[in-house]
Amino acid sequence: MSNDLLEVDPIAGQGEIMEVSMGPHHPSTHGVFRMDVRLEGEKVVRLKPVFGYLHRNHEKIAEHGAYLAAIPYTDRLDYLCSMTNNWGYCLAVEKLAGITVPERAEYIRVIVAELTRFQNHAGLVGFLLQDMGASGTPLMYAFREREKVLDLFESLSGARMMCNYMRFGGLRVDATAAWLDEVRRLLPALPRFLDEFENLLRANEILMARTQGTGRLSRELAVSAGVTGPMLRASGVNYDVRKVDKYGIYDRFDFRVPLGDHGDVYDRYMMRILEMRETVKILEQALRGIPEGPIMDPKVRLRGLRPKAGEAYGRIESPKGELGFFLISDGTTNPYRYRVRPPSMINLTILEDMCLGQNIADVVVTLGSVDIVLGEVDR
Amino acid sequence: MLGEGIIQGLLETARNFFGSYVEKDRLTTVQFPEERRPLPEASRNFPFLLYDGTDPDAGLRCVSCQICEKECPPRCIHIEKSKDKKPDFVGKMQAYPAVFDIDVSVCMSCQICVEVCPFDAIRMDTEFELSTTDRFGSLLYTKRELAKSNEYYRKIHPTEAAECDARRAKDVEDTKAKAAAAAAAAAAKAAQAKDPAAAPPPASSASTNGAAAPARSEVKENQ
Amino acid sequence: MSTLPPVEDIKAQIEAGVPGAVVTVVQNGSPSAQHSLLLGREHARDAALFLRDHAELRLDFCSLVTGVDWLDTETSEKVKVKKVVEGPDGTQQETEVEETRKTKIPGYLEAVYHLFSMEKKHGPVVIRVRTANRADYAHVPSLTPVWRSCEFQEREAFDLYGIVFDGHPDLRRILMWDGFADFPMRKDYVPPDDDALATVPHGKSPEVQA
Repeated sequence: MSNDLLEVDPIAGQGEIMEVSMGPHHPSTHGVFRMDVRLEGEKVVRLKPVFGYLHRNHEKIAEHGAYLAAIPYTDRLDYLCSMTNNWGYCLAVEKLAGITVPERAEYIRVIVAELTRFQNHAGLVGFLLQDMGASGTPLMYAFREREKVLDLFESLSGARMMCNYMRFGGLRVDATAAWLDEVRRLLPALPRFLDEFENLLRANEILMARTQGTGRLSRELAVSAGVTGPMLRASGVNYDVRKVDKYGIYDRFDFRVPLGDHGDVYDRYMMRILEMRETVKILEQALRGIPEGPIMDPKVRLRGLRPKAGEAYGRIESPKGELGFFLISDGTTNPYRYRVRPPSMINLTILEDMCLGQNIADVVVTLGSVDIVLGEVDR
Repeated sequence: MLGEGIIQGLLETARNFFGSYVEKDRLTTVQFPEERRPLPEASRNFPFLLYDGTDPDAGLRCVSCQICEKECPPRCIHIEKSKDKKPDFVGKMQAYPAVFDIDVSVCMSCQICVEVCPFDAIRMDTEFELSTTDRFGSLLYTKRELAKSNEYYRKIHPTEAAECDARRAKDVEDTKAKAAAAAAAAAAKAAQAKDPAAAPPPASSASTNGAAAPARSEVKENQ
Repeated sequence: MSTLPPVEDIKAQIEAGVPGAVVTVVQNGSPSAQHSLLLGREHARDAALFLRDHAELRLDFCSLVTGVDWLDTETSEKVKVKKVVEGPDGTQQETEVEETRKTKIPGYLEAVYHLFSMEKKHGPVVIRVRTANRADYAHVPSLTPVWRSCEFQEREAFDLYGIVFDGHPDLRRILMWDGFADFPMRKDYVPPDDDALATVPHGKSPEVQA
């Protein structure tokens, strides 16, 4: 067992090195996640993330079952954002088997994906503030809106979080006119919530002191480390898979991609707030333009789908970053290789780089801004 | 002024606190279990088997095709087919499950069994207060515990149940019409065979059962 | 996506830019048409550096590293051979006989890299590197010095498949616990038999069923 974490490197004349194992049972590590932190006083000199506590071998389970049977398991990857996980997988299967999706299904996919993005970012800013010590008030404000979105998911797909809603070729059930009206009724409340939230916190001195300048990530390192999502854009790199790949019907919507200047925790926090505002814009446009029509490609065999032998990589912009699925088919009903590109795990690559030289209290804040969900990190 | 941001935040909190006494939207706590929020119709928890009428064995819709067992992702369904058959809602003789077990400690409520069932035999229940003190035996639901009547289904999922009932009523009508047409054609052929000069008799009334066996007996009566 | 040249051109450019590199195009049978380039192990890292720093391609973003296990397979074909057969009357004559010849195709482990460009906003360019076999020599060069994003993903391929990445700064298990001694994602992995954790035996009807 190569565990050089137990070796002691002497740093001459600087004092003692203290090793702190943060986690896996820790209220601020967003799941069963452990960090082996080596401190010199309060400053971090080394940080190694350790995970795998929630490893459920999702990839092998999906390789043993049919293509349809993997969809409920994708709900449980990033368990807060089941709709976007479903979409990523269905996109990969659609690329692999050459399946087209009807227009109404594409619109509804955009609507539920943007609602998912909203509720994920709301939860994230709430938890980030919780980690900073705001003891739950901003968290509960954010959760008030999140509950409204989850109620919408329950009335559409039957479950609040494990929706199992999308299928390759479209959707499982259609959204009724009543449901679309419910979404339209919810929309004006969302910008009001964002205004209230910003009022609560934007100029808060504690927030600014703790987050500005903390956990800086430079552009070059972010690109090299494969960081994606709001974390990448906070470092100033304009790369949003919705704009680059234009998957689904995203090229029909007019929305901006917010970019940050400094790449610190404050920028990442503001990225999420600004993205929530852009999400509301996309929702308004989608609800205006949604057509009538079928929601499923009639030629698709859900049971016993046998794509031709080959491989495909399909990716979407999930709230955490670029979520991709790589599928290799050998012509049978089960995928030969099923691989998930987990944005949370890949965003953790530079956690050490961001935390070196900072206080241990900043480690918690920096980790909170990376936005990890262990279901995705470990699969 | 230093602290202005914090004071602004506190004003926001105060507005919510005092507002919760007057605005319903700001009071978000529900005193469960004294108060309960109604579940949306589409809500799902664990599956249950449907039976028509009052007898769970005779009216059970499941014909033991085992498609749900094959498609279930965590493989929590266990079915053993019966050796004998019983008539289904259109009168056709079908097998039934001698054993139908669902392990709800494994079931992940994904609803794929409902999606793939061709016989409207399995649907999702909304009951979630299912805690038990026995971890092993009580979490394996057998056919007896799973079978619930169509009346119950109409209560929990009214729109779905109405659509399902309409479809099944149409199936019954179609089967009756087909059997009547078959009986009429057979009677016409028999009459023509007996007396080639006579005109074929008009279509006879549909039998109440609509199955093939009564139609054949009707032909015998005609002869 | 529109600024990306076809995969054969990329192959030609790599062969021109990295002398000695062995590049083969692997066709993709699915409608996605994402064909890939198989790189020889010896010059894989140089080819990767070439792709990253190339003026038009600028593939600065390695999105995904996947380990794949291809088992040893056997193909059999019927061949006609001329053999000397003894006839029923004792004479020896040469006839054509059909024989089934089996050839063993050795398996290998594979690392598949999906590359994109954040600068040019195009991709994917898929490159593959294969090990010599699945048994004693499963080494490939690590591409972590080229793209930092390979760090955790190559560790995962090592952990779950047993592909050893030479030159990786910190190659140790990432998802399985330290001291675990097998490679779970391989196709011939047999999970340990710990039925004691099962709640209710599946496939056996309990006595409760009356």
